[in-house]
Amino acid sequence: MMDKFLKLLEDNATLTPEQLAVMCKKEVGDIKKMIEQYEKDGVILGYKTMIDWDKTDREYVTALIEVKITPQRDRGFDRVAERIYNFPEVQNLYLMSGGYDLAVLIEGKTMKEVAYFVAQKLATIEDVISTATHFVLRKYKDKGVIYGVVDVDERGNCGQ
Amino acid sequence: MIDYTSVLSKTVTGLKKSGIRKFFDLLNDESMKDVVGLTVGQPDFVTPWHIREAGIESLQKGKTYYSPNAGFTQLQFEISAYLKRRFDLSYRPEETVVTVGGSEAIDLAIRAIVEPGDEVIVPTPSFVCYDPIVRMCGGVPVILETKMENNFKITPEELKAAITDKTKMLVLPYPNNPTGAIMTREELEALAPLLRDTNIVVLSDEIYAEMTYDGEHCSIASLDGMWERTVLASGFSKAYAMTGWRLGYLAAPAPLVEQMLKIHQYAIMCAPTTSQFAAIEALKNGDDDIRTMVEEYDRRRRYIYEGLKRIGIDCFEPKGAFYIFPDIRKFGLSSEEFCNRLLYEHRCAIVPGTAFGDSGEGFARISYAYSVKHITEALSRIEAFVKTL
Ligand SMILES: Cc1ncc(COP(=O)(O)O)c(C=O)c1O
Repeated sequence: MMDKFLKLLEDNATLTPEQLAVMCKKEVGDIKKMIEQYEKDGVILGYKTMIDWDKTDREYVTALIEVKITPQRDRGFDRVAERIYNFPEVQNLYLMSGGYDLAVLIEGKTMKEVAYFVAQKLATIEDVISTATHFVLRKYKDKGVIYGVVDVDERGNCGQ
Repeated sequence: MIDYTSVLSKTVTGLKKSGIRKFFDLLNDESMKDVVGLTVGQPDFVTPWHIREAGIESLQKGKTYYSPNAGFTQLQFEISAYLKRRFDLSYRPEETVVTVGGSEAIDLAIRAIVEPGDEVIVPTPSFVCYDPIVRMCGGVPVILETKMENNFKITPEELKAAITDKTKMLVLPYPNNPTGAIMTREELEALAPLLRDTNIVVLSDEIYAEMTYDGEHCSIASLDGMWERTVLASGFSKAYAMTGWRLGYLAAPAPLVEQMLKIHQYAIMCAPTTSQFAAIEALKNGDDDIRTMVEEYDRRRRYIYEGLKRIGIDCFEPKGAFYIFPDIRKFGLSSEEFCNRLLYEHRCAIVPGTAFGDSGEGFARISYAYSVKHITEALSRIEAFVKTL
């Protein structure tokens, strides 16, 4: 039940507590309390909107940067990770298994700006050994949402 | 000059045009673009990708040939396993026929059994095809009007009153389109004694079986002494969101299958091959997809039911399919007037109950195979309309 409720909210954050209550066979008050608790516990961290910026005139580029680092004796990768994720340009940051350590997804206005960020801010962190920057050419899907395809009801009035 | 009136079969020209088609023709007009409709009788989900892929893969591998008349053996095998797994029904693979939608399964059953003068009990409100197909066979539809006060179920008294010595078949349309009614095991048990020692065949249209809420679907064929007198019609359209693939099936005792298969073989040859490959994948690996979709329908069902109640519209709480059938009698308009005014004055489309038989007068069918956002908008239009009444 808990997982299903969260999945429902994850898929559509615009559902109101009143709607959720009816759909999940619960009292509105209970739903509000549940959400509050999830927020307090940090299970629910926020509510955002999926925007296809390519449909607007906003100029931006996204890059995925592979970062290799020397882990620190006492804090492993966390200290470096923290230094990196605090940059507002960083959208996503993952610790990876395999050929490199951190995957950094960053967004900038131009390629130049991203290059500057990598050279001046990322590569200069003392424990960073190397970086490899891959620019994103096109976003097809993000968080389960397919980009560039508008959902239209094509069913028409057929059938019975 | 050819005189078409004398050319055409009187049986066919005598058939009424489907009420729902008439209403849909109105909606398909350019001027109706701004209308928010809750009219569609098919899932708003797309066929799950792994099922679509199985169809695509079969095409890539060049599987573009006919299948055996009754369908690919592997699909018959999967249907048989599915019916056992989900509804505890025992059909051997060769006791199934793969058809062009549940529609063809219904057609085959009626055509194989009904002769001129035979009576077929057709409960209404119900799906639109039973009555005309019976008529095309020269049969006589005997309408059994189910009532809201009985939750649109067939009662033993009503069934008893409808049976005569000419009764050849009972159509059992549950879970029901348009009412959302279901019949539980106990309720079916109450009908069974009226059928067991007769030669009446039950045509059980169980296409919405998976869309059963607050409980499990029960097939009448699973009752003692009923398997041998039941033709089960079902399909992939609703459960797997596969309406356009046009694939269904029937399951019945061998002597019936043998004859129905003859009609199928002459009229259709075989169901679409690509769809059959997709259906094999659906039955093998699609149980979770069904669960996800049905959970979503269930949430919308509660939402729309509460929504209509809040507006002050009475309805029977649907227990199956994806329709709700509100009672609009208190507004003093006929179903058609109500739906037409809602359409023209408030740009919201729902289907007059009369499209599903005269007993649908005073009701309307609302489909909730739509997003919550869409349903919310439609409800607010309905609310604005009923406030003016
Ligand atoms: C009750 C019922 N039976 C059968 C069908 C036929 O469906 P299909 O031919 O797509 O399997 C429908 C479709 O709307 C239906 O509502």
